[in-house]
Amino acid sequence: MKARIHITLKDGVLDPQGKAIHNSLEGLGFDGVNGVRQGKFIEIELDGDDAAAAKAKVSAMCEQLLANMVIEDYSVKIDG
Amino acid sequence: MTAAVIVFPGSNCDRDVAVSLEAALGHKPLMVWHGDRALPDVDLIVVPGGFSYGDYLRSGAMAANSPIMREVISRADGGTPVLGICNGFQVLTECGLLPGVLMRNASLKFVCRDVDLRVERVDTAFTRQYAKDQVIRIPVAHHDGNYFTDPATHKALEDNAQIAFRYCAADGALTEDANPNGSLANIAGILNEAGNVLGMMPHPERLADPLLGGLDGAPIFSALAEAVAA
Repeated sequence: MKARIHITLKDGVLDPQGKAIHNSLEGLGFDGVNGVRQGKFIEIELDGDDAAAAKAKVSAMCEQLLANMVIEDYSVKIDG
Repeated sequence: MTAAVIVFPGSNCDRDVAVSLEAALGHKPLMVWHGDRALPDVDLIVVPGGFSYGDYLRSGAMAANSPIMREVISRADGGTPVLGICNGFQVLTECGLLPGVLMRNASLKFVCRDVDLRVERVDTAFTRQYAKDQVIRIPVAHHDGNYFTDPATHKALEDNAQIAFRYCAADGALTEDANPNGSLANIAGILNEAGNVLGMMPHPERLADPLLGGLDGAPIFSALAEAVAA
């Protein structure tokens, strides 16, 4: 199984990198961009075929290492 | 008194801080590798600056989970003074010994220059040789020094007087211009609630010898030598 993890800054946490990307996009002439938030994407290959157990395990990985829960949220998708 | 400096792959201020410790203590500190599980009996632990594990994932995140850190956490819980400088501060927040997080600088730029700091606490083993509200000049060199925490934790830090140093103007005023990285409330260094763990972004070891152009950082190391000897 494969876990796909998105880690993003919590709402309300300032994202200067997202802001800089936003400015660059506008500088390139892309209009209509209302906001940019940047984060991380992590893929993990896992043994087993129990998607619910895999999701619980990957969530624990996020809380203990992959995300910093002070400033970040995470979401996990498991593909069979 | 014996001190230990924890060395991670990517640490680069470990030998500088060892020189400062030797000057204050009169003998060399132990250099302890991150993969060790045992820590000799020491009176002081320093987590030095650098780029442990290449700052992979987040600054300090990998180092916080290295084998030696379990022992550092257990010693800190037992009251041993622990000083984290720059990347060491990041490691101490990531491992939970100190609250909050050091985010990317608000400017997105690496900042490397001398800054003025106001000493907020002088009743600790680290700061007892400074005067309250004294302004000291210490270099910073970091990309991720923007201290952040949630409002409840920030209030607790203020209420418990856990803020040891703040970035300030030369006259001690806490201005936005004097803040090199966007840190909340100009926070440059914090203590744990018990007061035996200090994390700070500025590098006192870089201004602790006349040859380096100043001595403003030296009192931290001589204070620790004095506190532990007492």
